[in-house]
Amino acid sequence: MSFWVDRGHPGRGTIEPSRTAGRWPGPAERSKLALRGLLILLVPLTSMFGLLISAYIMRRHMGDWQPLPLPWQVWLSTLLLVLSSAGFEWARRAAQVGWVDDVRRGLLVAGVLALAFLASQFWAWRELQQAGLAVATNPANSFFFLMTGLHALHLVAGLMAWLRTRAVLAGRQEPAAIQSTVQLCAWYWHFLLAVWLALFGVLVLMA
Amino acid sequence: MAYVPSADAHAHGEPQSFVTKYIWSQDHKVIAIQYSLTAIAVGIVALVLSGLMRIQLGMPETDLVDASAYYQFMTLHGMIMVVYLLTALFLGGFGNYLIPLMVGARDMVFPYVNMLSYWFYLLSVLVLMASFFVPGGPTGAGWTLYPPQAITGGTPGAGWGILTMLVSLAIFIVAATMGGLNYVTTVLQARTRGMTLMRMPLTVWGIFIASIMALLAFPALFVAAVMMILDATLGTSFFMPAIIAMGREMPHEGGSPLLFQHLFWFFGHPEVYIVALPAFGLVSDLISTHARKNIFGYHMMVWAIVAIGVLSFFVWAHHMYVSGMNLSFGFFFAISTLVIAVPTAIKVYNWILTLWQADIHLTVPMLFAMGFIVTFVVGGLTGLFLGNVVVDIPLADTYFVVAHFHMVMGVAPILVVFGALYHWFPKVTGRMMNDTLGQLHFWITFLGTYIIFFPMHYLGIMGMPRRYYAYEDYEFIPQSAHDLNTFITYAALVVGAAQVLFLFNLFWSALHGRPSGGNPWRATSLEWQTPDTPPKHGNWGEKLPEVHRWAYDYNVPGVEQDFIPQTEPQPESGHSAGEERT
Repeated sequence: MSFWVDRGHPGRGTIEPSRTAGRWPGPAERSKLALRGLLILLVPLTSMFGLLISAYIMRRHMGDWQPLPLPWQVWLSTLLLVLSSAGFEWARRAAQVGWVDDVRRGLLVAGVLALAFLASQFWAWRELQQAGLAVATNPANSFFFLMTGLHALHLVAGLMAWLRTRAVLAGRQEPAAIQSTVQLCAWYWHFLLAVWLALFGVLVLMA
Repeated sequence: MAYVPSADAHAHGEPQSFVTKYIWSQDHKVIAIQYSLTAIAVGIVALVLSGLMRIQLGMPETDLVDASAYYQFMTLHGMIMVVYLLTALFLGGFGNYLIPLMVGARDMVFPYVNMLSYWFYLLSVLVLMASFFVPGGPTGAGWTLYPPQAITGGTPGAGWGILTMLVSLAIFIVAATMGGLNYVTTVLQARTRGMTLMRMPLTVWGIFIASIMALLAFPALFVAAVMMILDATLGTSFFMPAIIAMGREMPHEGGSPLLFQHLFWFFGHPEVYIVALPAFGLVSDLISTHARKNIFGYHMMVWAIVAIGVLSFFVWAHHMYVSGMNLSFGFFFAISTLVIAVPTAIKVYNWILTLWQADIHLTVPMLFAMGFIVTFVVGGLTGLFLGNVVVDIPLADTYFVVAHFHMVMGVAPILVVFGALYHWFPKVTGRMMNDTLGQLHFWITFLGTYIIFFPMHYLGIMGMPRRYYAYEDYEFIPQSAHDLNTFITYAALVVGAAQVLFLFNLFWSALHGRPSGGNPWRATSLEWQTPDTPPKHGNWGEKLPEVHRWAYDYNVPGVEQDFIPQTEPQPESGHSAGEERT
């Protein structure tokens, strides 16, 4: 307790505030660590995309804002990314029960669909450029390109992880390793899907 | 019971060659030293810049720097000190060295990412230094880099300078994110048996919460930097309003400079606490150890750190009172700014109550720790002035603000940096730093910084504006202010030169200092209980330590020794020596 209560006692003793309270999570374990690391990585990413959205909301009230006619390709992109994420979910569930063939198929589907998503986004950018709606034409365009561009860059980084996952599969690793790496990819993909849906929602609803 | 976590030493074997051991090292201790030395080196650049600025202000007749160079030096001084020195040193230096040792881990959980973090940091520093050599020189936009002036012709370094600055910041943020990821995950997942969260030393708590804040706040700067790069290169109008510069219409229209200010300060204010919280943590441990007494109100200290961390995200607009804002916003941010003083004051009271009736050893680290408390209180009190809108508006952009932020987040944290370096140096090198030189260094630095910054409060109240390159020919600035400026310059040059004492001490003692032994301060926390000093790769030899108590068992009644290490088991009877007295 406090110093004035202890006056009568010799010495200046201490009582540890929490000898029993608090929990020790147990020894660190590789798969748990990686998953925790990924989840923590999502914190700055969420912050970044969230701030981008709030900047968008603040900026669109300025006088020079002209709503951007969204190219139809972004609807296609959305569908492709949902399916890609579903492919990863398939792979993740298959990995949990050890069906390696299904993991392989799921990963292939997910990766191809993700590439198709990128192609579709690229198509949308081209379409806008050809319609004379370039990056600097209007702030609405700038935000569109910035948001979709940053999202696409993160998906490209995800594809590198996807390549690594396929290498793990090819290397015939033990099931736990496969399960862990597929799970990480799937989580990251679902996150990117959620980010895309948020960005897409903002672009559609708050044009 | 022996157990081997898989994030353990054996996941990556001991490095053999010189290159893997000291250059491309994945060992958190080597990375910490790399981070610290780089940060100190770039800090010296910023110190020299401040000396050059002071010469211009105190002796304008020397004509050593012109107006452009003055603004460039001012910008670089601010940015380097806040981001590349303090943030990097506290998180990358102390965080890297102390977290694994203090929580009883063999290394960071992602050593490879940790190595990348350092090399990205070094790259960001190199890009920043390169800006001295690009056409037009470094940016002179002020460390806040406000658009439109930052990228408009007429501002020094508006072309290449600002681009290198923004790119360097973006790289730094990537480095800080990789580092933060490691620090947070290591604290959460790699604590040794018995090390519950509420047994962690306050150093770890401070760095842990600061790392979480960095993960949340740095993206704001990243987004702002990317948008500004696009404004400068592609001609977008995120921040740039319609503007005519040098008689020429610029390609922008309608952008919002205020948007940048919001993004910048949403990073910028938490950044103040990203620097302050590790300092709070480190200083708590210095005080407790050198006063031979448990930290007063450990729980309160932890929750105060958490509360400050949370609140610091709700005060950013107090940097923007004079930018023009809705009255209710101003009211809200003034209140939140004053509220954050409560947990901060709790910490100050607890440090003082820790010192109360303690067995204070006036070692060099302790001197710096006490110097910190005094300086922090002085700087914090002027913060209460500036937090109020009505007081801030007349004082904004005067030397009062310069005095305030230099005291509270310049001098105060740097005193902690010095104290902590003197304190942990024996663990890093196995040798003590020279005490006499340390004492000399402390007194010159501590008294000197007061001589420099205390008069600035008066200059500010007198109305002397900041960010001016020269003060001649202004009627409202009397001769006495010029004299004071000259006086401050002499003091600043002496304090700047005195840092050579520290540098000499640092490098000389590393080679020739008195051998320290493993635990020269008779401290309780885990890093002092390593089998080897300096700790070897893997830190703990064969077996990880087990923790049985908190880090503050100093002068426990009924115990002969005046400290009990965290690894010491509790007495068999089931209750500790501490309990017996109740």
